[in-house]
Amino acid sequence: WQVEPNATIGEIKSMFHKSQGKSLKDEDVLQHLPVGTTATFYFRDLGAQISWVTVFLTEYAGPLLIYLMFYFRVPFIYVPKYDFTTSKHWVVHLACMCHSFHYVKRLLETLFVHRFSHGTMPLRNIFKNCTYYWGFAAWMAYYINHPLYTPPTYGEQQIRLALTVFLFCQIGNFSIHIALRNLRPPGSKTRKIPYPTKNPFTWIFLLVSCPNYTYELGSWLGFTLMTQCLPVAAFTLVGFIQMTVWAKGKHRSYLKEFRDYPTLRSPILPFIL
Amino acid sequence: MSAPAMGTSKTAHTDSSHKKKKGPGTLAIAYLVIYNVVMTAGWLVIAVGLVRAYLARGSYHGLYYSIEKPLKFFQTGALLEILHCAVGIVPSSVVLTGFQVMSRVFLTWAVTHSVREVQSEDSVLLFVVAWTVTEIIRYSFYTFSLLNHLPYLIKWASFLNIHRYTFFIVLYPMGVAGELLTIYAALPYVQKTGLYSITLPNKYNFSFDYHSFLILVMVSYIPLFPQLYFHMMRQRKKVLGHMEEYSKVE
Repeated sequence: WQVEPNATIGEIKSMFHKSQGKSLKDEDVLQHLPVGTTATFYFRDLGAQISWVTVFLTEYAGPLLIYLMFYFRVPFIYVPKYDFTTSKHWVVHLACMCHSFHYVKRLLETLFVHRFSHGTMPLRNIFKNCTYYWGFAAWMAYYINHPLYTPPTYGEQQIRLALTVFLFCQIGNFSIHIALRNLRPPGSKTRKIPYPTKNPFTWIFLLVSCPNYTYELGSWLGFTLMTQCLPVAAFTLVGFIQMTVWAKGKHRSYLKEFRDYPTLRSPILPFIL
Repeated sequence: MSAPAMGTSKTAHTDSSHKKKKGPGTLAIAYLVIYNVVMTAGWLVIAVGLVRAYLARGSYHGLYYSIEKPLKFFQTGALLEILHCAVGIVPSSVVLTGFQVMSRVFLTWAVTHSVREVQSEDSVLLFVVAWTVTEIIRYSFYTFSLLNHLPYLIKWASFLNIHRYTFFIVLYPMGVAGELLTIYAALPYVQKTGLYSITLPNKYNFSFDYHSFLILVMVSYIPLFPQLYFHMMRQRKKVLGHMEEYSKVE
């Protein structure tokens, strides 16, 4: 590090925080960098960090437990005469199983399937993310497990269709996660174009860059149909908007990184978005 | 709330030098001038309406009815300002502008218009006066800023700018007080009639209690009001600081 003897600590600090374009990767080798015999390194303090795994586990464990609290009608939520009772509608039990399955799946994927590019994210994200996930989970669960809950208008037909959509998309989502994992050898952070595999659920890669989000949207549409509950629809909508933003970003970076990226693909919805 | 929109708090003499790559074109500026002139005129109509009604009746009571229609028209018209930010012809944040305009529109329609019983409250006059004075200064300032290539007008713009930031010290708390008192006055009627509320059971398994929502809105003033107030105080210091420099250079 080159500093004059008369430099103040304040000046050194501001050099520390200067951002000079994109950061280098951990894997870059010193002698392959475009510098001469003397290299100047700039460091940036990213602030307090927390590991992605920790954030995911916390934000997913919350909805799982919170929903169950409403399902079992723990005291102080509903009118006392309903404490610890169960709903008389079988769709409510089904919904609880689906919701719980969804988050258990996510927790297991976080622990055993996903390979993260970045180790950490800013600490404030955990508060933001948990508020979102936990808040929405409580809001949805309150109505689905409410003593005055009204089952879907078209009854068993509607519920059966919804369940089919939900399961199909859960399997699809899982298939994509596995396919993405297999793109990347253990411990590496390489990026490759994902392609359809033998698994038919991955054939959607022909049309979409981020089918994991497509399937996730489908799962929640299924759950909305199953419960016929407006807060669930709201959660689905907000999630869709966020995932579309992410999908567009990922799609753009694929296009930038790979010259031969398939042109037929859309970010999240085939031909549409 | 009654705070003027943020963002375009630059002093007149620095406006032209702040043009970014995608600044508003001549057509946009012409449109904005017309928009701001119309809004200034509109709020002047409201101001005159208030004065005339007061002189005619001899009391502060029930002046809302004399300006109800232009108030609704011009306050609702301010929704266009969100569009201006979204399209980029005004360099303000869409979210911030949206939030401020929506809170005004909410008070105008969802509280004052919807709950007839509060229309005769004195608190309504409190915020209407605050809004009127604020908006006349704000819109006339923007008009002069946009026309700032006429050096003669720069003085007027600066004059208005100083007054905008100074009157604000009184007008903003006054407006907030009027708004909060009006919402508070509406509470019992909303509870009694179940206005805008949805109860269970229903087909979409959703409920909404407008009474609780209004209380939540009142509570939200607590974190928001000081932030907006101190932001304007900081802007004021900056603007008055520039004014001094500018007059020294002259």
